Amino acid sequence: MIELVGLTKRYGEKVAVNDLTFTVRPGIVTGFLGPNGAGKSTTMRMILGLDHPTSGDVRIDGKHYDQVKDPLTYIGALLDAKATHGGRSAFNHLLCLAQSNGIPTSRVHEVLDTVGLTAVARKKAKGFSLGMGQRLGIAGALLGDPRILMFDEPVNGLDPEGIHWIRNLMKTLAAQGRTVFVSSHLMSEMALTADHLVVIGQGRLLADTTMADFIRQNSRAYVRIRTPQRERLLDVLHQAGITVVEAGGGALEVEGGKAEKIGELAAQHGIVLHELSPQQASLEEAFMQLTAESVEYHAHADTTPVQQAWGADWKGA
Amino acid sequence: MSTHQPPMPQAGAAAPDWQAAPGGSYSGYTSPIPVVRTHLGHAVASEWTKIRSVRSTMWTLGVFVVLVVGIGLLVGAVVGNSGSDLSGDENPLALGFFGLLLGSISIITLGVLTTASEYGTGMIRTTMTACPSRGRVLAAKAIVFFLVAFVVTLAASSFVAMAQMSLLDGTGARNPTGAEWLKGTVGVSFYIALLGLLSLLIGSMIRHSAGAITLMIGAVLAPLVIALFMFSSSLDKVRESLFEYSIPNQMSVFYSNSLTHSGPSGWDPLWIIVGVTAAAFVGAVVLLEKRDV
Repeated sequence: MIELVGLTKRYGEKVAVNDLTFTVRPGIVTGFLGPNGAGKSTTMRMILGLDHPTSGDVRIDGKHYDQVKDPLTYIGALLDAKATHGGRSAFNHLLCLAQSNGIPTSRVHEVLDTVGLTAVARKKAKGFSLGMGQRLGIAGALLGDPRILMFDEPVNGLDPEGIHWIRNLMKTLAAQGRTVFVSSHLMSEMALTADHLVVIGQGRLLADTTMADFIRQNSRAYVRIRTPQRERLLDVLHQAGITVVEAGGGALEVEGGKAEKIGELAAQHGIVLHELSPQQASLEEAFMQLTAESVEYHAHADTTPVQQAWGADWKGA
Repeated sequence: MSTHQPPMPQAGAAAPDWQAAPGGSYSGYTSPIPVVRTHLGHAVASEWTKIRSVRSTMWTLGVFVVLVVGIGLLVGAVVGNSGSDLSGDENPLALGFFGLLLGSISIITLGVLTTASEYGTGMIRTTMTACPSRGRVLAAKAIVFFLVAFVVTLAASSFVAMAQMSLLDGTGARNPTGAEWLKGTVGVSFYIALLGLLSLLIGSMIRHSAGAITLMIGAVLAPLVIALFMFSSSLDKVRESLFEYSIPNQMSVFYSNSLTHSGPSGWDPLWIIVGVTAAAFVGAVVLLEKRDV
């Protein structure tokens, strides 16, 4: 359980995180969604006590992160896959993390095996591909077998097999009763993994809802119909008081989820249907709709790309 | 409480009840890994793994040993074979000074890299996540680095001192006293290790390897070089103290037994660097706590 109350972070004039209040619960995967530069990584750094909030508070099971006596067995975090010393081998990288928390060396071998890096355990991290680096970061997060896991953009750089693996991993971890908090800028990715959704834009909370509610409230549902008896169907639907719109390619669309009713009407009147499919606007579309409020910022940011990428330029400094 | 009402319904209570969280009662998952309360010992073990598992440690210490031993043996051989008469009051151990002076640059580099390189790679975020007590991280780094630097310097300087003494056989050089042996090996090793520790702390404050190394090498060489070019007699006092308190001159004090002239003498250089390093440690901890990682 991670609780944020009025969490705010300013860098001079720039407000990176603005009055965030939400709770990350155990037993489910909570998706943390926002466009690039929305403040996701800054929020995660504040949860881990790396950055001091300008105001507000964030606690983990009621404690500040620096009060946790066994950090790695409590929280595992993947912040930046490249946050390793390139000259150190994967094994030694994990070993020094394990030692700092009194975790037995055998556990290092276990997590290397879990993420599939056993074969390159003695190789330097410098030579790792983006995907391998990501796996090493995930191994570090899993090292303490923690009850809370945080992943910042975990699928970045992973191949399809790796993406599939991390999705299942997150679901398995949550099913074991752990708190899983994962950030992404891809709605489609979240739709496949997250049960709960926290959306931020420009550092402000835009949504804090279950995935199902989010889909219901933000996406347009309609029914697509194809029929060779177009005129008859239009008459029948008109009589039943159902509004039909012409869609491209000879298809018809009916707003709302009335597929059953349309099917029954067609059967009653002996109308042949080639397609009767309930549709939902894509989640990417819903996400765009939600963040549309901050479009003025985006438009502004487009002219000054340096501002938009403000997170990137000081990150490596 | 909130100025920006989220457009979506907020699930659950807006204000969480901190008191209802006695640590972990929320979680449905219990790890089979035994929970260990972390302490300084864990951080030291971790830092030891870090320092021994990167090549830059082997490089800097290797160069250090080569410089100290190589120059030491060379100087000893040249002086020993030159047929010069060394019978006098001078401490023959002073021949070890040249190698150590050059070698100190390697120790400075390793000290800076121990802290600053983590900022360059981003490793520092991983480190501070694994050990949220920032002071403990710095203390562990300081302990591990200091011990490594001290042991290596002591071994190298003792070997060179003994080798030089045997090379000087027959030149009439006197045998150093016990106190001179102590100062010329243990004393100067403490000094070099503390100089490296100071570099480590500067690296933690500056967070930039090249910047911190440049600054430290400048601090070692600049006072001496500046003093060399102070011709004006009105600057005599400044010149004098710049020279006397320059790090090379303070190092040479470990080989001198005269207490007569002004400036640091005896064990003074050690106390000076202990004071400076302690102050730097306090400064580094304060900055570490205050700044974002």
